[in-house]
Amino acid sequence: MTETLAAYSLVAVYSAIAVYAIAFVVFVLDLAQRASVAQSAAVASPSAPAKRAYQGSTLVAEKPPVATEPAARTRYQRVAFVLTVLAWIIHVGAVALRAIAAGRVPWANLFEFTMTATAIIVGVFVLVQVWRDLRFLGAYVTGIVVLLASLATANFYVDVSPLPPPLQSAWLGIHVLVAMLATGFFAIGGGLSIVQLLQARREAGKAEGLRMLRAFPGSEALEVIANRLIIVGFALWTFTLIAGAIWAERAWGRYWGWDTKEVWTFIIWVVFAGYVHARATRGWRGSRSAWLAIVGFGAVIFNFTVVNLFFAGLHAYSGLK
Amino acid sequence: MELKRPSDHIDAEAEDITQPRLGPVGYLRYFWRQLTSMRTALLLLLLLALAAVPGSLVPQTTSDPNGVIQFQQRDPETFRVLDALGLFTTFGTPWFSAIYLLLFISLVGCVIPRTKHHFDALRARPPKTPARLQRLVGFISTPTKADAGVAIDQAASLLRRQGYRIERYPSTGSGQAASLSVSAERGYLRETGNLVFHTALVGMLITVGIGGGFGYTGQRVIVQDEPFTNVLSGYDAINKGRFFSESALEPYSLRLDEFEGHYELDASTGAWHPTDYEATVSTREPGEDWTTGTIKVNSPLTIGGTDVYLLGNGYAPVITVRDPDGTAVFSGTVPFLPLDGNLTSRGVVKVPDGLDEQVAFQGFFYPDPLALEDGTFTSFSPTDHGESLVTLFVYAGDLGLDEGVGVNAYALNTDGLRQLAGGDADAPALQLSEGETVNLPDGLGSIEYEGLRRFISVDIHHDPTPGWALLFAVLILGGLLVSLFVPRRRVWVKAVGGRLEYAGLARGEDPTLEAAVADLARRHRALLGDPET
Repeated sequence: MTETLAAYSLVAVYSAIAVYAIAFVVFVLDLAQRASVAQSAAVASPSAPAKRAYQGSTLVAEKPPVATEPAARTRYQRVAFVLTVLAWIIHVGAVALRAIAAGRVPWANLFEFTMTATAIIVGVFVLVQVWRDLRFLGAYVTGIVVLLASLATANFYVDVSPLPPPLQSAWLGIHVLVAMLATGFFAIGGGLSIVQLLQARREAGKAEGLRMLRAFPGSEALEVIANRLIIVGFALWTFTLIAGAIWAERAWGRYWGWDTKEVWTFIIWVVFAGYVHARATRGWRGSRSAWLAIVGFGAVIFNFTVVNLFFAGLHAYSGLK
Repeated sequence: MELKRPSDHIDAEAEDITQPRLGPVGYLRYFWRQLTSMRTALLLLLLLALAAVPGSLVPQTTSDPNGVIQFQQRDPETFRVLDALGLFTTFGTPWFSAIYLLLFISLVGCVIPRTKHHFDALRARPPKTPARLQRLVGFISTPTKADAGVAIDQAASLLRRQGYRIERYPSTGSGQAASLSVSAERGYLRETGNLVFHTALVGMLITVGIGGGFGYTGQRVIVQDEPFTNVLSGYDAINKGRFFSESALEPYSLRLDEFEGHYELDASTGAWHPTDYEATVSTREPGEDWTTGTIKVNSPLTIGGTDVYLLGNGYAPVITVRDPDGTAVFSGTVPFLPLDGNLTSRGVVKVPDGLDEQVAFQGFFYPDPLALEDGTFTSFSPTDHGESLVTLFVYAGDLGLDEGVGVNAYALNTDGLRQLAGGDADAPALQLSEGETVNLPDGLGSIEYEGLRRFISVDIHHDPTPGWALLFAVLILGGLLVSLFVPRRRVWVKAVGGRLEYAGLARGEDPTLEAAVADLARRHRALLGDPET
């Protein structure tokens, strides 16, 4: 029974990855199309770039020409988003099957953790569309998820095994789930910050090649949206840290011991604390705080890949030998 | 100095301007201002993150002492360099401490004036309505048929219900038609949360730094039926906090009555996965009777101001060594430390007195032995079915126990010892099943494997701070949530010349202000009976 369900779960994982990959390709086609459409528009009105270049060197910055074209959802983008939602449903099904097969939360080893965390990243991406249209991040999100999910399936797959005694605690559910949720928000925030940096370059007239960005929100708007998402992630991460400390106190007899995973959780927390402060510091708003958001998300990814695999420590639950 | 000026600043007659000379106090004030500036705080934060990185790359004495020893053995050269930099105790080094102490001083220097300012703000009235609202966020101007006084009264009560603090102001303009306005401010909680968050961080630092000094952590291997007493000499190893005194130890007793490990076989790999460890213990506080309790991995036992954590477990065979006349010269339980998941374990027996020369035994214990083709053994499972096996090499010579130096009871230095059995010696290694006795080589005597007990290794921990740490953690989280998600804003409603004007001002991040002003205008107009626009 357990084996059968786990096998179905794995089939669903493969299917989800395949559909995500198709969605990724279509998202990329969408971006390419935007670039070429914008190019022909630029050819039609050759004065625009020249004027911008002229402004850049002399005059005080006028409101940059952002979102002048309607951010219309192209057919490619609609198709890609529907595919992403479809892949996500299959993905969630895979995670649920794995949970039923194991009879416990589906994040007790690195393979399961990656599957659930990527499902949560896509979940945050899909649900956040209700609040703001961020479908232009589709290629970024599906790209990351295809990469992580296929690496985990190819390299870290382990059969369903019972929960080892150290993980038998309600905190496994709370601490890890909230950490993955925070990761989801940081992932979208990091993506927005990357686009923000590119957009800022384009607005400054330094990146004429990034024409596909013309239909995206301006860098300031992107910064505001990224900030909203990242502070949610930061609050969740703070909770993760505290919940982890409470669990460590129950399981290991100390609430803080500078275990490698604790060190990285702390580093990530401090970087995002820096991000929150940067937003209130003159000279650090804009691109510098965007860099901090990207470094922070990079540290999250580092923590959950390199630290899990190569650093010794108490959080050694990858399930790999 | 020029660098500090705004970029549009134009210097005029620079030679006439003389910078006031800074005295010592002036310099102190200057440095204090620099330290407590947001930019410095931010740089210190980023530096703190960076400084913590080596603590994860290099094993730390506090969390991974064995890793440090292995590092030293593997690469003594690099070890010396890294050790000089303090990288094996990253989080206690002067440079790491300097960063976080400066950060916290900067934080305190920031929080105190802000607290004072916030107290003043809490008592102050919302500020006067600006003469012109047009430039403010979400400005709306609509005609109204309502009377100005009524409209402002309605707006005031509407704002009050939305949690604003309000103040009515009469005409501000001159010449123009008289205006009546209400000025409203809300979200003082945002700053309160911010201050609570930062103050709680200081509280956490003090809790960890000072409170932690009163605690201790000790390790002990407890063999079945051999009670442990919580006194300093009862520990195998103990880490004491800075302010620890021996009187902090309450001399309770703890005895392991039974230990059960439950396992599940993974059919595909043949590995046994542990599913549960349960130690049944008896405890006795001074002057009281024995009571029973259990310790599990995620469920420590609380006794005498300490928590007792289950860290490991294994088997402890009861071994008796006799001289050729049959007189026991050693008798006791010997904990064998596990080497793998199937509890193949290694142990040492030392017999310094009673035989012709000092004798030591070193070997393995197999709870569920399985003979391999090459004559060695392995353990098929971690469970004892009454067929367990002990194999021992025998050594004779000076065991180095008489030099007054502490010696690890679980390790044997075989340098300078003569090997009597096993390995290259003439006699094969001794093999004993439970209940068996075999003779020692060279007519030294005999050894008996009498019976089998379990042992657990425990961490015993006394820490007066977790309650405080939890309190501050809750304040940190609560303060953070409030300071991030409660908007602080000012809103004005002004009735002037038959029109109503609405506008807002954000104080801090407030992306929903415009919508909030529009919503206020809509509700207000509905109350007044003005048509939808």
